[in-house]
Amino acid sequence: MRETHSARVGLGTRIGRLPHVVGLGLLTLLLLAAVSFAFPPFLEVDNVKSLLDDTALLIMLAVGEMFVLLTRSVDLSVAANAALTGMVVALFNAAHPGAGMLPVIVIAIVMGAVLGAFNGILVWKLRIPSIVVTLGTLSAYRGLVYIVSGGAWVNSGQMSPMFLGLVRVPILGVSVLSWIGFLVAVAAFLFLRFSVSGRNLYAAGNNPNAAAYAGIDVGRMQFLAFVLSGAIAGLAGYLWVARFAVAYTDVASGFELQVIAACVIGGVSITGGVGGVVGVVLGGLFLGIIKNALPVVGISPFWQMAVSGLVITVAVVLNAGARRHEGRRILEESEAGA
Amino acid sequence: MDRRTLLKTGAMMAAAATLPAAISSRARAAGTIRVGLVAKSLGNGFFVAVDKGANEAAKALGDVQVIFTGPTTTTAEGQIEVIQALIAQHVDAIAISANDPDALVPVCKRALARGIKVISYDSAVSPEGRIVHLAPSSDELIGKALNKLAAAALPDGKGKIALVSATPTSTNQNAWIAVMKGDLPNYPGLDLVSITYGNDLADDSYREATALLQKYPDLKVIVSPSSVGIVASAKAVEDAKKVGQVYVTGLGLPSECAGHVMAGSIKSFAIWNPIDLGYATIEVAVDLVRGAKGPGSSLPAGRMGSIAFDDKGVGAMAVPFTYDKSNVEQFAKVF
Repeated sequence: MRETHSARVGLGTRIGRLPHVVGLGLLTLLLLAAVSFAFPPFLEVDNVKSLLDDTALLIMLAVGEMFVLLTRSVDLSVAANAALTGMVVALFNAAHPGAGMLPVIVIAIVMGAVLGAFNGILVWKLRIPSIVVTLGTLSAYRGLVYIVSGGAWVNSGQMSPMFLGLVRVPILGVSVLSWIGFLVAVAAFLFLRFSVSGRNLYAAGNNPNAAAYAGIDVGRMQFLAFVLSGAIAGLAGYLWVARFAVAYTDVASGFELQVIAACVIGGVSITGGVGGVVGVVLGGLFLGIIKNALPVVGISPFWQMAVSGLVITVAVVLNAGARRHEGRRILEESEAGA
Repeated sequence: MDRRTLLKTGAMMAAAATLPAAISSRARAAGTIRVGLVAKSLGNGFFVAVDKGANEAAKALGDVQVIFTGPTTTTAEGQIEVIQALIAQHVDAIAISANDPDALVPVCKRALARGIKVISYDSAVSPEGRIVHLAPSSDELIGKALNKLAAAALPDGKGKIALVSATPTSTNQNAWIAVMKGDLPNYPGLDLVSITYGNDLADDSYREATALLQKYPDLKVIVSPSSVGIVASAKAVEDAKKVGQVYVTGLGLPSECAGHVMAGSIKSFAIWNPIDLGYATIEVAVDLVRGAKGPGSSLPAGRMGSIAFDDKGVGAMAVPFTYDKSNVEQFAKVF
């Protein structure tokens, strides 16, 4: 893997990451093979469908998080945003079951985007470090869930059949939930590759000074990333509540860490400017397979957290190793030039 | 300070308003026992149900009057004000579901010093502030009830069962599971194949339940002694289209489980019944007023049988109450 990497000297960073994606893809397949060897029914159609459903939420949120990470920021409030938006749409649905699904989805996306924009404004205009801002809004949004709901649950009996059923409708054998995850990933891929804003996100994170000289407003790019991340989190909030058929204060509690882990495993750099949708999707699948496999393979619950933690650490170490390599390469190049 | 004075004035006015009635009732029947029933907060469905049971007991006993009261928010300060007002009314007994076990001790001691019988129910006051505490149930009773529920969910009392608990380190759940295991020999048909942990999170519980369904295709019952776990497991069974084949049971609130009972994934489940709790609380309070000794004795509690209190004054009321299709809708409105 390293050999192919150095063989691509001179190509852009994004293409330079391609081997990481290939390596991660192989690793994911290897993991899948190992799990299905230990527990053959894991690859049954029904289980794969449920695995996709389970992973779709993680992948969506990770794609949103990736936008933010690309701009050298971090969004710790994604899970709290999803919980708050999920609770609000559940309460809306319980109060107006006849309103149909369009208002629910519009509220979810708009409200998520507004919550994201609040983070974005603070980072952009007040120049507060994103980790501080989103650590604050993480608690604030989670607290608001309690305030809007009064601490009470919204149960499946209070939600309309459409609200619960929409995510489960199969299209070509795959649920709407999985399709939405897929479409979000495809849209993000096209946006990052072909739109000016998408390219600017990379530029703003990769080298903010150079980006500023090139006329890119780095703060505005960060704002955009937070709005996108928030909108996706809002949509994920509705999907989460509908999938698990309950809205309560602790929805997706602590999930932001898994989201960031999926990004890091997928090759997104915490220091900005590096990463891609394909890697994030693979990172999400990789984590999703581990989460779903550990219970069926019969690993003790005391080990489950340790095992997934170990995997994340290894992925980070491998990533860091790859980047050190890259640094040396640039040095050699400039020496050759001089 | 202003708010506090206001509250005090309010409490005094309330006391003054009830005073003439109290005096006249005293004059009429010297034997009337008045019990102050203090909720964690007013406007909570659970305590409305407790009050309902308390009044049932008062009616059955005949010469008992229940004064149902509580603060508007779940604070210890609010409860202290309320208890002071009850002391001023010279009630015979006070039963409290405490918002804080220690903060209420001084005011409870003052009540005890005036000869008022102070007990706690549902949520305990520290031992020095009350004579007895009436727990809604006990580890022993809950563990056994879980096995009974699992057996009831099996058509012929035979089959594989699995657990979706809270976290691997939850004290309550682990105690109940230990009792379940010890009690299993009484149910030779039950085959406990796996204990999993959903961490009291909907997604983790759902995932564990889904894994159980895959791993044990002939699984018959999922038992979840967690209110999050039971709902998530029921949803997992519904999504796997195994309703009728696999039943979910355990501990949950009627309002949260009602939808799944109607969907058929939950046949029956249990939780302590607040009406029975209120009923037993009044019975025990009246026993004490009539001169019964609390700790280390067994007190009669009307239709609830008799309740044994240990040396520390803690007594467990009864086995958790079972809910099914016939009564879940009715209780779902309550709590």
